[in-house]
Amino acid sequence: MSANEVVRVEGVSKRFARGAVTALQSIDLSIVEGEFVSLIGPSGCGKSTLLRLIGDLTEPTEGTVTVNGKSARRARVDRDYGIVFQDAVLYDWRTVAKNVALPLELAGWGRAQRAERVREMLRLVELDGFESHHPWELSGGMQQRVSIARALSFSPSILLMDEPFGALDEMTRERLNSELLRIWETTGSTVVFVTHSIAEAVFLSTRVVVMSPRPGRIANVVPIDLAQPRTAATREDPRYFELVTRVREALHIGSDREEPLARAVER
Amino acid sequence: MAAIASERPVLRSARLRGGGGQLALVLAVALALWGLWEGYRWIWVKTGFSWPFPVNDTTLPHVHTIVQALFVSPQVGGPWLLTTLFHNALFTAKEAAAGFALGAIIGFTLGVVLAHSGILERGFLPYIVASQTIPILAIAPMVVVWVNPRLPDPLANWGAVAVIAAYLTFFPVVINTLRGLQSVDPQALELMRSYAASRWTVLWKLRVPAAMPYLFAALKIAATASVVGAIIGELPSAISGGLGGAIINFAQYYSFQPQNLWATNLIAALLGIAFFLVIVFVERLVVHRPPEELV
Repeated sequence: MSANEVVRVEGVSKRFARGAVTALQSIDLSIVEGEFVSLIGPSGCGKSTLLRLIGDLTEPTEGTVTVNGKSARRARVDRDYGIVFQDAVLYDWRTVAKNVALPLELAGWGRAQRAERVREMLRLVELDGFESHHPWELSGGMQQRVSIARALSFSPSILLMDEPFGALDEMTRERLNSELLRIWETTGSTVVFVTHSIAEAVFLSTRVVVMSPRPGRIANVVPIDLAQPRTAATREDPRYFELVTRVREALHIGSDREEPLARAVER
Repeated sequence: MAAIASERPVLRSARLRGGGGQLALVLAVALALWGLWEGYRWIWVKTGFSWPFPVNDTTLPHVHTIVQALFVSPQVGGPWLLTTLFHNALFTAKEAAAGFALGAIIGFTLGVVLAHSGILERGFLPYIVASQTIPILAIAPMVVVWVNPRLPDPLANWGAVAVIAAYLTFFPVVINTLRGLQSVDPQALELMRSYAASRWTVLWKLRVPAAMPYLFAALKIAATASVVGAIIGELPSAISGGLGGAIINFAQYYSFQPQNLWATNLIAALLGIAFFLVIVFVERLVVHRPPEELV
């Protein structure tokens, strides 16, 4: 294991419904500190399941997940994870500030420390001035920014994001993509990011893990060597288009390997 | 941001207008009901209809007769009926409030326990439901016999009535606490899991706050039920200090002075409404929800 390896997934399989459905088969994946890794693939390829396995929200049927040199469970108990779901999952009865402070509260931070950190985090996601608003008073994009601030508030070593911008419109999504990159550069955290948008995966990531379905497995890994920091200009870079094409081809090859439709239906 | 800035004042003014408008609406409905009462009376008396019952000053006294009765002494030289009933209402309110608190605490605790154990929930819920099918009039005398001899002096007599009120109160609270605690969004639970939160933390930081709207819906039902429970509890326990005693008393004189019983009903209804409004008020302080979700 290299010194700065953060996530190590070894020989992991996951079966649901008493073994009837194989969500993931023989997954090996290593993620080092500071990487931004996207998991991409069609629905049913197990990309969310893989993310949840890393975060110990579910357990593997076979194989091991090691995070920061310890078991995923231990890492969760040590609060190594910040999680962002597709829905912001804010608590309606808490103000924006108190939502961001929730993990700090659970970690036993003092009131003054919490207030200070919340201010800092809201500045980071450009929501200063909205401390005392309630979630329902914010737009979907703003809610998701609160959710990101909450996930980062206790400086977890890994940020797990499960299609965080999937429910947002294209404009908001692109803006939040840039914002997320800025935050990632500021905090230096390791990010595992699930998406089904090729453009988003290529724009954000240092590495794109292409997955294929039934059973879910890693079809290809595409390193993204676009220059940092990435800007609006990156989206017009010829290299960007090349990489988008590579990921798309990898996705199609993954799908072609799929069993013929007739046999799939037979099951 | 611009959208937010323009949305907020609209919400606020809608709320304000809601407050004033609500009061006007309630008054308008009260007037309409008065009109309906007197109109019904007038038509039935005028035409001599006797279905479903003949209408006269005994069966359906004038509204103003009922209200006037409040400002007359039932006994020569005694206080106004309103004064007497006010004291009765305070007495019943004490029983109902104690019963409400007791029932709410028991109901909430039971709800929490059942929410954490599927076996207990499946085992006990049928009996909790069955408890409410027993007519309260049948158990009230038993409760009085059991509870009264054991009560310390300050609770003498009325403590048993509070227990009867609690019996009616706890049921909606158990059911809704249970539902509310189980209503939590699975992702919100996963978030707590990712923070390695204990069961206790999940209960107080997530499940209970999420259950608040359910809990308050139950408390509103329970608040009025506790008043009914207290009044019914007074009947078999021969307690004369409350509205139950007044009802028994005035029922005996109904054919001579029906307005006194009606006036007592009016005060009992106002007491129930007062209890309800207290809960609504507390809910507004405690529960922060999108305005359209507030009752």
